[in-house]
Amino acid sequence: MVFEGLANRLQDTFNRLRGKGKLSESDVTEAMREVRLALLEADVNFKVVKDFVAKVKERAVGQEVLQSLTPGQHVIKIVNEELTALMGGEQSKLAVSAKAPTVYMMVGLQGAGKTTHTAKLARLLHKDRKKPLLVACDIYRPAAIKQLQVLGEQLDVPVFSLGNEVSPVEIARQAMEHAKSHGHDYVLIDTAGRLHIDEALMDELKQIKATVQPHEILLVVDAMTGQDAVNVAESFNSQLDVTGAILTKLDGDTRGGAALSIRAVTGTPIKYAGIGEKIDAIEPFHPDRMASRILGMGDVLTLIEKAQATIDKDKALDLERKMRNADFTLEDFLDQLQQVKQLGPLDQIMGMLPGMNKMKGMQNVNVDDKQIGRVEAIIRSMTPGERTEPSVINSSRRKRIAAGSGTSVQEVNRLLKQFEDMQKMMKQFSGMAKKMKGKKGKGGFKLPFMP
Amino acid sequence: MGFFSKIKEGLAKTRDAFMGKVESIISFGRKIDEEFYEELEEALIMADVGVNTVMEIMDELRSEVKKRKLTQAEELRPVLQEKLAELMGTEQEGLKMAPDGQLTVILFVGVNGVGKTTTIGKLAHRFKSEGKKVILAAGDTFRAGAIEQLEVWGERAGVDVIKQSAGSDPAAVIYDGLAAARARKADVLLCDTAGRLQNKSNLMDELNKVYRVIKREVPDAPHEVLLVLDATTGQNALQQAKLFGASAGVTGIVLTKLDGTAKGGIVIAIRKELELPVKFVGLGEKMDDLQPFAPQEFVSALFTGNDTEDSE
Repeated sequence: MVFEGLANRLQDTFNRLRGKGKLSESDVTEAMREVRLALLEADVNFKVVKDFVAKVKERAVGQEVLQSLTPGQHVIKIVNEELTALMGGEQSKLAVSAKAPTVYMMVGLQGAGKTTHTAKLARLLHKDRKKPLLVACDIYRPAAIKQLQVLGEQLDVPVFSLGNEVSPVEIARQAMEHAKSHGHDYVLIDTAGRLHIDEALMDELKQIKATVQPHEILLVVDAMTGQDAVNVAESFNSQLDVTGAILTKLDGDTRGGAALSIRAVTGTPIKYAGIGEKIDAIEPFHPDRMASRILGMGDVLTLIEKAQATIDKDKALDLERKMRNADFTLEDFLDQLQQVKQLGPLDQIMGMLPGMNKMKGMQNVNVDDKQIGRVEAIIRSMTPGERTEPSVINSSRRKRIAAGSGTSVQEVNRLLKQFEDMQKMMKQFSGMAKKMKGKKGKGGFKLPFMP
Repeated sequence: MGFFSKIKEGLAKTRDAFMGKVESIISFGRKIDEEFYEELEEALIMADVGVNTVMEIMDELRSEVKKRKLTQAEELRPVLQEKLAELMGTEQEGLKMAPDGQLTVILFVGVNGVGKTTTIGKLAHRFKSEGKKVILAAGDTFRAGAIEQLEVWGERAGVDVIKQSAGSDPAAVIYDGLAAARARKADVLLCDTAGRLQNKSNLMDELNKVYRVIKREVPDAPHEVLLVLDATTGQNALQQAKLFGASAGVTGIVLTKLDGTAKGGIVIAIRKELELPVKFVGLGEKMDDLQPFAPQEFVSALFTGNDTEDSE
């Protein structure tokens, strides 16, 4: 498996090193070879990897291994810390001008997702009761203006366009006037995708920049970008002094090593992450969490935060406790299903759980939202007693439940079996999240609501 | 402009970044030693060839060096060229077309933002200038402005576009496209689809439905299912090819945006690990910037020294 977590790989290496008091140079060298490979497979730029590995190695050699950790865990700890430091540590917010309007300019290669993310940012501002203006400066790609207009309409945010005959610099200039006279406090400028080596088009960006004096120039980068991310970021940065980046398509199964490259080479913080095609699929970028993702440690934090935004706080804490302790009944489970449905598509949530990428069979798992309905029906056909203590459900009860929910006994059986499996799985998760025990997941886990 | 010069022009930067590096490592009059191997490995990885593929190439090179008793780095150049040529295949793989007078259906798939619609526009132009009757089916009903974008390309190429409103079932649009193509006796139907990430199983199921509709409606169709791939993509490209292959039976690759920097490598990895041929490369934004991919010429273009470039 190409996308095996680094933590997993390291574990294998370190099983041999168990029980030593100090990290010797040869231990670390061997471990670093694995780290290097894993980072390269995650598309982190070669040079960045080289520097990183050297730095970690220097720090790790000779260190006392903490009593509570194995040498392997200790190296992972150091790698994770350094990786987080490299990613920029703190989450970075967008600049806001003291004097309105605040201007954001979006730049990047073709197909990175500039137009979509311009609209996503506008949505965030709009939701925050701001008055953003979208500016359509992509006059080259067919229907790019139309795309922005459609999105603007969906959001109820006005789009400034002068068609595709007027130069983008002029459009930007007039848009600024328009924004000022119409009381817009934010101006979001969508520009055409261009190659970083296209001098004429890069000049155009420089002119737009000079005209509108943006407070942020955001480089939009596809999370799947390979080694070239460095060239792109470096070039846009040296010509435009980029102030931040947006990493898009992070809902894919890429490890997103490009994030590390961009950050390391330009020193530019990544401010937002695009996590889906829908207009609300954007979230602040958390460097520390990205570090865990690249390392394959999942993203429990994001999941919890998402739950908080959707569910009230008490329930979120409850959810967290239950996810960590794995002590829930079918009753809780039903309650969770309701809440989880509000969190968003299930496949996204699955991706945030630690260990999912490690488990065989999890990559191709089909998570179908419709199945939840059937599961709900089955659980609702149970008595409260049955929900808290599923072991009492004998075959006649199963028949009754099946009849009551309009399903079959087989489906009821499956749910019960899978609920049991899920409890086991949750126990594993909480174990992993707490301690990085790194036990290999049993293959073929299924969620209880899956056929 | 012929293929060779065109691709050479487009690849000039790639060559500078990739082989320029390799050249400087190789032709330094140096000995083959560990440091040399390491630098070569680095150059290949920097070109997105992919760690696994690079390791294999390096192993093969090492054993060749032993076998042929090479000591000078320069002697390795033809060996490396040979290896890459071997990996890339030797034949230029054209598109599989239906017999004359019958409809050829080509389906385009890929993740978001790789250039599917643009590629279709360029290919429509290409077929049209070969005197074929072409119809485009606007199967990207999801992304805002996608249908309009295809329409603009249709206008530019002078071909008909079959569409429904945004948000409608893509399989239904493709079905309409098939019906229209037959009714109007078209030679080629190019089917656009919405970009989707390969790990979204519901969207991949939707794509599979489109694929099945085509299969059911026209015997032997789709004649080609082309995965459009952004050349800047890193190792995730392999995953893309695998999963799109599973749901839509990908038969070939279109590698777009090859006119940027440093990106010959992914082609090698794709070919080696997935045995999918690259059929076209996108070298720019203009109508005729889509060129058939010729592996041999690609490899020799990569290896052409500066002297030949000067003489042109």
